[in-house]
Amino acid sequence: MNTHDLQTIANRIRRRDLQAVFDAGAGHIGGELSVIDLLTALYFKIMSVDPDDPLAPDRDRFVLSKGHTALALYTVLAEKGFIQKDEISTFLKPHSRLNGHPNRTKVPGVETNTGPLGHGLPIAVGMAMAAKLSGASWRTFVITGDGEMQEGSNWEAIMSAAHFQLGNLSLIIDHNRLQQGARLEETNDIAPFRPKLEAFGWTVEEIDGHDMDQICAALASVSITTNKPKCIVAHTNKGHGVSFMSDNVAWHHKVPNESQYKQAMAELEKAAP
Amino acid sequence: MNATFDTAKLHDCRDAFVGALEQLGAANEHIVAVCNDSVGSSKLAGFRDKFPDRLINVGIAEQNMVGVGAGLANGGKIPFVCAASPFLTGRALEQIKADVAYSEANVKLVGISSGLAYGELGATHHSIEDFAWVRALPNVPVVAPADRNETAAAIKWAADYQGGLFLRLSRVGVPDLFPEDHVFKPGQANLLRSGSDVTIIANGTLTYRAMIAAEMLDLQGISARVLNMATVRPIDTPSIVNAATETGAIVTCEEHTVYGGLGSAVAEVVVDECPVPMKRLGVPGIFAPTGSANFLLDEFGMSPEGIAGSTADLLKRKG
Repeated sequence: MNTHDLQTIANRIRRRDLQAVFDAGAGHIGGELSVIDLLTALYFKIMSVDPDDPLAPDRDRFVLSKGHTALALYTVLAEKGFIQKDEISTFLKPHSRLNGHPNRTKVPGVETNTGPLGHGLPIAVGMAMAAKLSGASWRTFVITGDGEMQEGSNWEAIMSAAHFQLGNLSLIIDHNRLQQGARLEETNDIAPFRPKLEAFGWTVEEIDGHDMDQICAALASVSITTNKPKCIVAHTNKGHGVSFMSDNVAWHHKVPNESQYKQAMAELEKAAP
Repeated sequence: MNATFDTAKLHDCRDAFVGALEQLGAANEHIVAVCNDSVGSSKLAGFRDKFPDRLINVGIAEQNMVGVGAGLANGGKIPFVCAASPFLTGRALEQIKADVAYSEANVKLVGISSGLAYGELGATHHSIEDFAWVRALPNVPVVAPADRNETAAAIKWAADYQGGLFLRLSRVGVPDLFPEDHVFKPGQANLLRSGSDVTIIANGTLTYRAMIAAEMLDLQGISARVLNMATVRPIDTPSIVNAATETGAIVTCEEHTVYGGLGSAVAEVVVDECPVPMKRLGVPGIFAPTGSANFLLDEFGMSPEGIAGSTADLLKRKG
């Protein structure tokens, strides 16, 4: 799939995500818009996964550690065919399996339940170890938020991944500079990530997390080192694609009113190729 | 029926645990052990020597340890995640909830040196809340074997069981109560001694103490039934209902706080199904003082004499 096709899919997913947040009256629109390009590249270019056989033993594994952006994952899974597209309209409704954080036992394509922050990377370390122990070639990918990297459990996992030489593990940090209530630099400014990860023995690549060519190149199997886990620091914009949401901490989980919704949708449609 | 036992021969259940794990590991290459710098205290050196690739020591990092277990299970492995129980359960409780219980991951959590085993080290190292913490979570059986044969049997069951579970072991010596070929049945209590006046329900290191207490009561003309209730969740409701209706009074003994553990689980059934007088023995909601596990159990009224005394007192409340 070429760059233009991937961008087209990502833009379609952005619009569907926005509509679902507006309809449900809830969601985490800012972080969803920042992570959708990364998810699109993973599911439509990089990973080997089969919607008809979601638990195939040799599938690549993906963990959305920033689980509050579940809706972005659901729209990607629907676009890929793991769930029906019209099911997105049930998001957050009573008894919907699409609750606010991903659930493995309910939603095909979800590998582990996430929600509380700092859980995904340790699990991904275990997945990568399992592949290594089995001599299997499947890869493990995990996306964390940049604010989420304040959780100490991530650094426990970072040490482990390097120690166990997990070259089959790729961590993508969605570096949108904003957390729930403040800018990263105003709370516990953990950036820059590169020197810290490198000091722990990882290879690190920094990219524009909205540039599809850069994303795909950084995630490609040829770009990984055999015995070192890889961290991709993806510089993104929270609320990417919507002018009044972009880089604005107020839009972590704010719901647009009708006029804001129309403007946001118009901007996303204009951006659609 | 009365089970026999020899208190001159005490065994460390950890040896039975690693013996069973090494046997299982030889038969199934998917079995792995995960630990937190606890190769010594979890007695995993033999497993490491036999299967060096399958002993995953993540260092002093319990949250990562449980997450790694969940990831290994996702990749088709059968991880036995071993650590001192206070840190396994307390430090990684949210990982146990989200990554294991809620995700229905096939992770075997083994809490070593549970209860008051680290008595002298102080209350930070006592694991007397673990039943309560883990029992509150869906999908995770909570098991405390009473001797080495029940430990080995429970480990064999755990390897076959599809799903997460928490198994709690002590390091304090206990005599054999079960035969070597004992088969563990989750959620099912074992009748170790028949009795008609009162039932003593215990597990872990307390079961043999309860048996001695029952012998003492027998000399006083009190017929005490003894149930070993290794599985705290799911609790064996029929055995509790039978005990309440047939003996009319129940005493529980556990190496745990009286809040939220075995006694609470039994009391919940009794209140709902068959109210009778009850006494819950355990740590009475305080941080325990310094002393060995056996000293502290005695101190909190769980010497055989203490259990017998509380049981005889309870009978005065029987209608």
